[in-house]
Amino acid sequence: MAGSSIMESFFQRSLEDLIKGLRLQMIGESKFIAKAMEEIRREIRSTDPNTKSIALQKLTYLNSIHGIDMSWAAFHVVEVMSSTRFSHKKIGYLASSQSFHDGTEVILLITNQLRKDLNSTNEFEVGLALHCLSVIATTDLARDLTPEIFTLLSTSKVFVKKKAVAVILRIFSKYPDAVRVSFKRLVENLESSDPHVVSVVVGVFCELATKDPRSYLPLAPEFYRILVDSKNNWVLIKVLKIFSKLALLEPRLAKRVVDPICEHMRRTGAKSLMFECIRTVVTCLTDYESAVKLAVEKIRELLGDDDPNLKYLGLNALSILGPKQLWAVLENKEVVIKSLSDADPNIKLESLHLVMGMVSESNVAEITRVLINYALKSDPEFCNDILGSILSTCSRNVYEIIVDFDWYVSLLGDMSRNPHCRKGEEIENQLIDIGLRVNDVRPELVRVGRDLLIDPALLGNPLLYRILSAAAWVSGEYVVFSKNPFELMEALLQPRTNLLPSSIRAVYTQSAFKVLVFCLHSYLLQKEAIPSSTLDDLAPGVSNLISERECPEGSDLAKCEAPADYEQDEGFNPRVSNRSVEDLAIENGGDIIVTHGQASSSVSLENDAFTHESVVYLLNMIKMALVPVSGSHEVEVQERARNVLGLVELVQQELPGLLVQKEKSFDNEEPKASKIIKLMHAAFSKELGPISVSAQERVLVPDGLMLKENLSDLETIYGDVLLPPPSSISIGSRLFVERNGVSLFMHTKVESEPSTESTSQLAEHRERHGLYYLPAEKNEIGSNDYPPANDPQLPDNLNDGTQDLVKLTEQSLVSKKKPTHAKPRPMVVKLDDGDEVHVSAMKLVKEPNDDLLSDAVRDILLGNEARPTLSRSNPSDKSSGNRRGKGVYLTSEHASESKELGDAEKPGHGSPSSRRSKHHTHGKERHRSPRKNDEGKEENGQKNKEKSSHRHSRRKARRRADEPLNAVAQTTVVPDFLL
Amino acid sequence: MCIPTFLKSHYIWCFLKVIRELSGVILTRGPKLSNFIEWRGYKVVYKRYASLYFCMCIDQDDNELEILEIIHHFVEILDRYFGSVCELDLIFNFHKAYYVLDELLIAGELQETSKKTVARLIAAQDSLVETAKEQASSISNMIAQATK
Repeated sequence: MAGSSIMESFFQRSLEDLIKGLRLQMIGESKFIAKAMEEIRREIRSTDPNTKSIALQKLTYLNSIHGIDMSWAAFHVVEVMSSTRFSHKKIGYLASSQSFHDGTEVILLITNQLRKDLNSTNEFEVGLALHCLSVIATTDLARDLTPEIFTLLSTSKVFVKKKAVAVILRIFSKYPDAVRVSFKRLVENLESSDPHVVSVVVGVFCELATKDPRSYLPLAPEFYRILVDSKNNWVLIKVLKIFSKLALLEPRLAKRVVDPICEHMRRTGAKSLMFECIRTVVTCLTDYESAVKLAVEKIRELLGDDDPNLKYLGLNALSILGPKQLWAVLENKEVVIKSLSDADPNIKLESLHLVMGMVSESNVAEITRVLINYALKSDPEFCNDILGSILSTCSRNVYEIIVDFDWYVSLLGDMSRNPHCRKGEEIENQLIDIGLRVNDVRPELVRVGRDLLIDPALLGNPLLYRILSAAAWVSGEYVVFSKNPFELMEALLQPRTNLLPSSIRAVYTQSAFKVLVFCLHSYLLQKEAIPSSTLDDLAPGVSNLISERECPEGSDLAKCEAPADYEQDEGFNPRVSNRSVEDLAIENGGDIIVTHGQASSSVSLENDAFTHESVVYLLNMIKMALVPVSGSHEVEVQERARNVLGLVELVQQELPGLLVQKEKSFDNEEPKASKIIKLMHAAFSKELGPISVSAQERVLVPDGLMLKENLSDLETIYGDVLLPPPSSISIGSRLFVERNGVSLFMHTKVESEPSTESTSQLAEHRERHGLYYLPAEKNEIGSNDYPPANDPQLPDNLNDGTQDLVKLTEQSLVSKKKPTHAKPRPMVVKLDDGDEVHVSAMKLVKEPNDDLLSDAVRDILLGNEARPTLSRSNPSDKSSGNRRGKGVYLTSEHASESKELGDAEKPGHGSPSSRRSKHHTHGKERHRSPRKNDEGKEENGQKNKEKSSHRHSRRKARRRADEPLNAVAQTTVVPDFLL
Repeated sequence: MCIPTFLKSHYIWCFLKVIRELSGVILTRGPKLSNFIEWRGYKVVYKRYASLYFCMCIDQDDNELEILEIIHHFVEILDRYFGSVCELDLIFNFHKAYYVLDELLIAGELQETSKKTVARLIAAQDSLVETAKEQASSISNMIAQATK
């Protein structure tokens, strides 16, 4: 804008002056702007429209380039907009579209001004108003001005018409009722003779169709005509976009458009149009082989192009196609893999996705090996992209593609050592998750964990802390598999651990605790093993031990009964302490039948390792390492450290006693230390299992249970449990120090305390690791002094075992095509308590008939179809039905009802038919459950959340959806429709 | 220097923060890279003309190549309008650049594909502005204002 003389005569700085001034003022820019703003504030109040509009223009400039607030000038904007002069008006409209938004109050004032301008004879004024409207239209404006826009839609002036058409988009989105008025006219414009108008209309429909394609299906013939006739690439691109939405909804339409699209693809010279054709084909026309082939051919051209843009888009198109037509990706494998080393991060990322898309269980090892090596060489960001995508691909569907978990675990270890690795959290989760899920991999896991822990260099890298925490946890939890627990202990207590944040340090300390307990226990076993052969009457000892084991878990119960229990213990002591190694292994690790063999063997292997000297050394080492920590200000660390120290001191007190214990094993006094150790070992060897997100929902609410009340109860109990440990331990140990003799009272106290303590710690531990473990929870509930809850507890557990089993077998069934798959899955099964799985498996075999019968009864009663269950002989399928059925109930509002039904669901539960028939409606619901087997369990979770009231209506719909999914379900569906 | 960045179908003259963030990303990109950036769920298409960068922010399913063509189209029109456009033209005539863009796009949609038409329309509006200005600066007008 040439500085006009009149402005200068008014001593007003023009926009140009302002800009020049700004460019000269390199240093005092903010000062200069402040000064300019002062001027503007003064000038904008001027009565002279010229001065005012120039001031506004300067303000607009400062706003757009320097972000100066201009909302305060809103009213002045309105003033300038309403100027009669076009030049002022233009400035005003620019300012308004730049500064007004839905919240601007003065927008109420401009309705009439806009209306006036929309009706203006000057088409440029109409244009200004339309532009402004397209940006700032509010619901009110849209409503009030719809008639004007409607009129303009059929104006003869192309300039105005195309703008009016474009504005419709904003009007519709703000005031949907406008559709009623103006939609027809908008559609008429599709046939306009003017290509510009058509172009804009198609653009509008393209936007509309993106939001809700279905509504625009009836317009398909119009679009088809444009697709075939139009020579305008811009328009064609938009039409293609519309078709890519519509064709997904209407297969017949896809058939119609596939030929013209291929034609365009072949003919066009414009890359943008060609790419749009490709994209349309790969997104919605993948059923048409010839089209896909042509598209892949064109994609190959793009990939071979030097232009990085085309290459990127080619990869992009491939990754859209990939999931449906993997061959296309495989065909271009070479280019894709080469693109991994492209200079452009987008291209690299895209090709990484493609590469990961090609991963299957047969090539996963190879591909990841290559990628990990490549990651080492690439820049940190991309390196993490690689690691991230490997982690997510491998963990997909509960490690679906992983066959060799040993390999995978060591891969995780290698990843952790990658200097750029920022995936600590993910690796941490996976390490723990695999530990929980896959039994057989634990030895390797412990080895990997040990390698990580033992390397002091890793402690210097904060990015690895999460991984180290997982490694520490794994080593503690599965210490039985450790080749050298002493070494592990050293690693856990090494001086550099003080670099760790306290939360992770706490994990380290806790793991050290576990290792210590394990070592001491093994040492004890070794001592006891020798005389054990002489004593064979184990039965009472066993039963006693079981009760003993129960005690620490039921905190409340244990507390009150503890004295009696332990006194009893005393009596049986000789026998208890003289159990053979094997028996102990069974009892203490009673839950893990599978591991027990390994455990006992490893224990026996270790036998010679646990000498008196080594234990003394161990205790001293712990003391040395943890005494400083026990003064830590972090309560988590401090508490754990003190716990360990308490045990250490206790043991050190009694060590001589422990040593000679075997000689005087017939004395009726077993050293408390050894008993505590056994208790704790029992607590720690209780296995943790993975838990689904919906686990909480699956826990039955016992009959008549008031959840709220109970929780407050729990709190007090929890508080009781939590508070004493640190103090009591120290008191206990101090007392021992003071007077070596032990009163019975002290005796029992010390004993009972650590036991509850260990469980509470365990609970804590689980909590911190996000491992929610059903049995533990149930014990809490059980110990919550709630008799009715105790009753169903056992079958409940049992059911859980079944559920896990079922979940897993189901998975292996689903993926049966891959035979290798069957192998890892069962391993995962055994995560839960071996007993339970065992029992439930037995029940499973018995159950089907029972269930079939009841199903049939229900079906006759309800007129529901009976066949489905009959047709399936697979027991696991069966029980998965159960599982789901149960899940469904849990969400039903009435606790009592759900509980009762839940009982009915339980395999092998007497299944009183009266009970079932009482709950017809639910029974019906339950019935559909077997059919859902093929759906993912996640879906199951979702369904559980659905309100039961909705279930009924949705049932049929879902059934229909299931139909194609499940061949078995076919039989089930038909009768349903007959209903 | 980043010039008009807009979110498609919102057509917002983007906030400076956005521009600053984007220019940080764009300016560090080497010359041999693609012109697209994945950015907060959108795609940003940019193109460099000597010292000028133009960028547009578009939806995921928009056609990047089309956008590149629009940018080029816009630059050609600017070029014609200013006579081999340079950074200074845009700095001193930012509003005119906006007006040109307004003729090219409305509500985030391309409204005019003909360079000639855009040029003609802009010229017509400019002449309107000029006549208005001449009127304003005419002596009679000054007198009228002075005596107001």
